[in-house]
Amino acid sequence: MSTLSTTPASLAHTASVRSHSLWALAWRRLRADRVAMLSLAVVVAFLIMLLLSATGVIAKHWNDDVGVNYAPPTLIGPDTEDDVAASQAAAAKDTTPIDYYGVTDPLAADMTAIHTELAKSSVEKTRVRQTTLPFGADKWGRDIIQKTIKGSETSITVGLVAALLSVILGTLLGAVSGYFGGWIDDALNWFYSIFTSIPYLLLILAVAAVLQQKGILSIVLILSLTGWTGTYRLIRAEYMKHKAREYVLAADAIGASHMRKMFVHIFPNVSHVALVQMSLMVVNFIKSEVILSFLGFGVPIGVVSWGSMLNEAKNELILGHWWQMMAASVAMAVLVTAFSLFTDALRDALDPKLKS
Amino acid sequence: MTVYILRRLWQMIPTMLGVIILIFFLFNWVGGDPAYILAGKISSPEIIANIRRQLGTDQPYYVQLWIFIKQVITFNFGVSWSTGESVAQVILTRIGPSLTILIPLTILQTLISVALALVVAVKRGTLTDRVVMIACTVGMSISILVYIILFQYWFAYKWSIFPVQGWGDNLGINLFHYSLLPILIMLVVSIAPCLRLYRTFILDEIHQDYVRTARAKGVGEQRILWVHVLRNAAIPIITDVMSNLPTLLVSAFLIENFFGIPGIGREVILAVERSDFPVIKAVTVYVAFATMIFNLLTDLLYSAVDPRVQLK
Repeated sequence: MSTLSTTPASLAHTASVRSHSLWALAWRRLRADRVAMLSLAVVVAFLIMLLLSATGVIAKHWNDDVGVNYAPPTLIGPDTEDDVAASQAAAAKDTTPIDYYGVTDPLAADMTAIHTELAKSSVEKTRVRQTTLPFGADKWGRDIIQKTIKGSETSITVGLVAALLSVILGTLLGAVSGYFGGWIDDALNWFYSIFTSIPYLLLILAVAAVLQQKGILSIVLILSLTGWTGTYRLIRAEYMKHKAREYVLAADAIGASHMRKMFVHIFPNVSHVALVQMSLMVVNFIKSEVILSFLGFGVPIGVVSWGSMLNEAKNELILGHWWQMMAASVAMAVLVTAFSLFTDALRDALDPKLKS
Repeated sequence: MTVYILRRLWQMIPTMLGVIILIFFLFNWVGGDPAYILAGKISSPEIIANIRRQLGTDQPYYVQLWIFIKQVITFNFGVSWSTGESVAQVILTRIGPSLTILIPLTILQTLISVALALVVAVKRGTLTDRVVMIACTVGMSISILVYIILFQYWFAYKWSIFPVQGWGDNLGINLFHYSLLPILIMLVVSIAPCLRLYRTFILDEIHQDYVRTARAKGVGEQRILWVHVLRNAAIPIITDVMSNLPTLLVSAFLIENFFGIPGIGREVILAVERSDFPVIKAVTVYVAFATMIFNLLTDLLYSAVDPRVQLK
């Protein structure tokens, strides 16, 4: 089935008589491309990191305050004596008794109860907080490296899941529209023109305004419900082209049902379009998630993503604490560059006609 | 021509109606009852009922939809829920600052990317070409947020070349003082994707027969590139520039937010933060309308650029 797109010539010069599938041929082309393999290695490394972090093997304790506030990276060394003295003085100031002007503090009893309770339970308080960390610490003394790993987990997961959902939605609608044509096609096209006439970011913001609850699920839904249009258009065109091909007519002749023709016969032949769209989408969605979280419409408080890290880092930069900004930007830039280069190579490998 | 324009305008009506229904569905059905948002924390059933009557949300859905359609047509969306300013007034006053940034930006961006794309396309396959393409890919993968934060920090805060943020009353000061850094950042961000795209458009043309013919009859390389090739590559370039215009109006929101420019984008962000539904609804509907009008203008421009294009 899927060998249809390989020409006899390309098969002839392979030694074996066995026909190679589209995917095997694409993989061979991809392997010959050094840039593609390098970027694939980077993407796979990020995915392994994501899995390890999601299963709690690494970065499990990212939320612990292992360093002092804004501990600088080890290479730079700890803050100078003056800074330390200043922060100690500031800390000492907090403990000076407050003048209540003769009024008894109504919360005094409660507060002492809370304090004794805290003193009993907080074993962690005794731990010495480091003055430097390998890549510095944030406002609460959390290790930036672990925080970045956790942030990558959130951002990449949102990108992948939203891309998968939007490609599934776009493919389903595109398949139905291109395969059946007629009034179904008209109706879905009308739908498509509505979604494309509203700029993507505006639609995302409008949906974010309406969905009041923040959370990973709502951001995935926002992105996938607004991002299906590109896939829809391409898949629809492919189905319109394929529906008149001989193999579909043959499937029709042996009595295959519509569903079977659409998804068992035609889909394997257009699935490369969906795959390329999906990897394009992952990059776009990661970028959108970062912007949404930065604005505060994305991940909830307590969840860290590249966007929320950049949001904190914006203010830290003025204080001279550049490490969190650097970590989040570099992690994102490396992944997105690798993913984009890989997507380009994937497109060339799956559709050699384009390259000529 | 007139017949063509009229027919295209007529065809916009169903799409526009669809946009209105989508927005209506989002804000009136998914969004829940706005009376609770408006009434605030301390409310009574009478207040809620009163607000519902004022907004018309106690009416059946088809009546509410009709109210919304009337609002769109008469450009009367009532007042903003958070500031009490009339929504029409909000939109009209925010468009000026947005355009002050966007018009120079679009012109510069198009000129620079087209020029660079022509240069790079000629050097196709050489080291220069590969270096520029890789630089574009890397440049595109850095978040726009990082560009804004770093540029604002270094150019405005550290080196004081540009103002950190602000906006004035007169066009001269806005354009030549406050807009410079925002435009510079947007240029840095937008040239990389444009350059990549325009390069492929030009590469499609550069091996055509007419280029060979022009060379054969002794036309200079520069003239071939800037007159013959460019004119033919213009159609996809125009499509790209025109279709990006309405999107830019909104996607400039980050820049407007960081630099305190009172434009449409910043207004949308503020409205989302304050759950100011009338403003978001109005902006969305009119930006969608602008997108359709710009699509029509693009098609009209085609026939001006390429006499072979027949508008039917």
